[in-house]
Amino acid sequence: MPTGNHGANEMRSCETTGLPVCLNAQQFIKLNAVCAVVFLLIGAIAAILLALTRWPAVHLLSAEWYYRTLTIHGLNMLIFWILFFEIAVLYFACTTLLNSKLASKGLAWASWLLMLIGAITVDVFILRGKSDVLLTSYVPLKAEPGFYLGIILVAVGALLGVINFFCTIYIAKRDKTYEGSMPMVVYGATAAAIIAVVTLLHGAVTMIPTFVWSINPEWIALDPAWYRITWWGLGHQSQQVNVCAMVSIWYFLSSVTVGGRPINQAVCRGAFVLYILFINLASAHHILVDPGVGSGWKIWNTSYAMYLAVLASMIHGFTVPASVEVAQRYNGYKDGLFGWLFNAPWRNPGFSGFFLSLVIFGFGGGITGVVLGTQQINIMAHNTLRIPGHFHVTVVGGTTLAFMALTYYVVPMIFQKEFYCKALCRIQPWLFGGGITVFAIGMSFAGSYGVPRRHWDVDMGGSTLFTGFGSGAHVWLGIMGVGGVIAFIGLLLFILLVVSAVFFGKSNAGGPMTPWHGDTAIVAPIPHDAPHETPGTMILVMVLLVSFVVYYFANWKWLSDVWHVR
Amino acid sequence: MNNDDHPLKKLMENHWLLLVLGVVIPTLSYTVWGWIELANATQSTLP
Repeated sequence: MPTGNHGANEMRSCETTGLPVCLNAQQFIKLNAVCAVVFLLIGAIAAILLALTRWPAVHLLSAEWYYRTLTIHGLNMLIFWILFFEIAVLYFACTTLLNSKLASKGLAWASWLLMLIGAITVDVFILRGKSDVLLTSYVPLKAEPGFYLGIILVAVGALLGVINFFCTIYIAKRDKTYEGSMPMVVYGATAAAIIAVVTLLHGAVTMIPTFVWSINPEWIALDPAWYRITWWGLGHQSQQVNVCAMVSIWYFLSSVTVGGRPINQAVCRGAFVLYILFINLASAHHILVDPGVGSGWKIWNTSYAMYLAVLASMIHGFTVPASVEVAQRYNGYKDGLFGWLFNAPWRNPGFSGFFLSLVIFGFGGGITGVVLGTQQINIMAHNTLRIPGHFHVTVVGGTTLAFMALTYYVVPMIFQKEFYCKALCRIQPWLFGGGITVFAIGMSFAGSYGVPRRHWDVDMGGSTLFTGFGSGAHVWLGIMGVGGVIAFIGLLLFILLVVSAVFFGKSNAGGPMTPWHGDTAIVAPIPHDAPHETPGTMILVMVLLVSFVVYYFANWKWLSDVWHVR
Repeated sequence: MNNDDHPLKKLMENHWLLLVLGVVIPTLSYTVWGWIELANATQSTLP
């Protein structure tokens, strides 16, 4: 194996893949991954408390603690868990996959420490009880200065991690540690890093003046409309970083679990370029009912230009399952349209988690995202539970489940520890994926009845005029609660399995990891000239498109019912 | 034309240009245009 630009004793060879592992990068992959799981646990505890509060039959928390817990949940799940994990993914991609050393150990330390201190600061200030402003912290809601300072520290830390990533791909190119184009997974990670830059810049532009304003509102005047537009340049774009990271992980897991290759490198890379150029415009979805900006801005940013990013998602939505089908057919599973799918390695949690993430994100998140992002339809759905119903199948059923699936390879290969209870590992993605899907369906349909998001009491207790929602909404909220409990059990199981493996698992150092299925841990990639037969994927894609058309026009019909034109 | 010389291929392989475009396009289309819209919003009057 070529040693790339590594110094003496700065790398090891992975016994499972044969790939070089930069020891400095490995240290920070571990540190960031451990922090990610800790913040995932904090967010998960908040999640179950919230689910049991919005389930009217339980209604667990008081109003004060509901909003406090919702603030903790949003920040720990959407920002801390995801960002720590993504920094770990970036370090892995730019070192191991490019055969390069990490550019700067000092920068990696600074990044990790700033993010950790910032995240702890934010959580402490929320728990002090004077920062119940939710993730969005819309002004004039005001938190303690420490809350904003913590977010700034996390953002600066993450930006340093991203800069370290770019420096590493620069020195890898300079030192010619790889030949030709970057591997697809690194290309996707680069797209994620580019989107992270614009995201974090928006974070700085929003949070620094807000921090000053929180110290003394007389020092600076903040316009709520300005804040909302600029904040969503941070809030929504950070979720597009997730999309790129998740798609990259899909390609990686397709490769290691079935030997899949992207069926067309140029098309797949082109889709990532479309993400880089256009996906961030989707932030405008959140401003669709704001009066301060006109329809031209709204329609351009959410429709004409943003649909180029939707095109990119549809490309990946075809090429990722197609890569699995091509590999499976090459490996002998040729029966019928779906023999390749039925005979896929479903006992491998790396595969089942990845494929469930793909299906949940595509069918649940993709379809609802485009529909809710349509200006006219959005007016029915804005600020209802349909919105969190959408992003719980994208960020949780999609991104988080993909990250979980990857963890079933990260722990044995980077931490060099084996999982206990393989049977529980095999059911965990199903439990979590199934639970979050039921949860999101319950949320979305309750939202269709008009149930608002971010509201403590669906029955509006004490209100003089409001008569409450009907029994139908309560049924869906109950289904949401049951789904939330199942998903929580799946998430808790994941954390227990990971913690037991990392801290008490049997070491596999010196040998390959135990395979999840078959004889080898990593399935050999199929040749480049393998036949590209994808009839099963074509059927799945057609089902997705028909589902989208039905859902889209059902919403227009619904809009025509509530919006009488006389 | 060799595949490596194709302008789209060159664009896709130039990470630094993609970084600049990835920052500039959303900043202009979403953020700056949005700020201009807000700056030009007229004050509403009471009905």
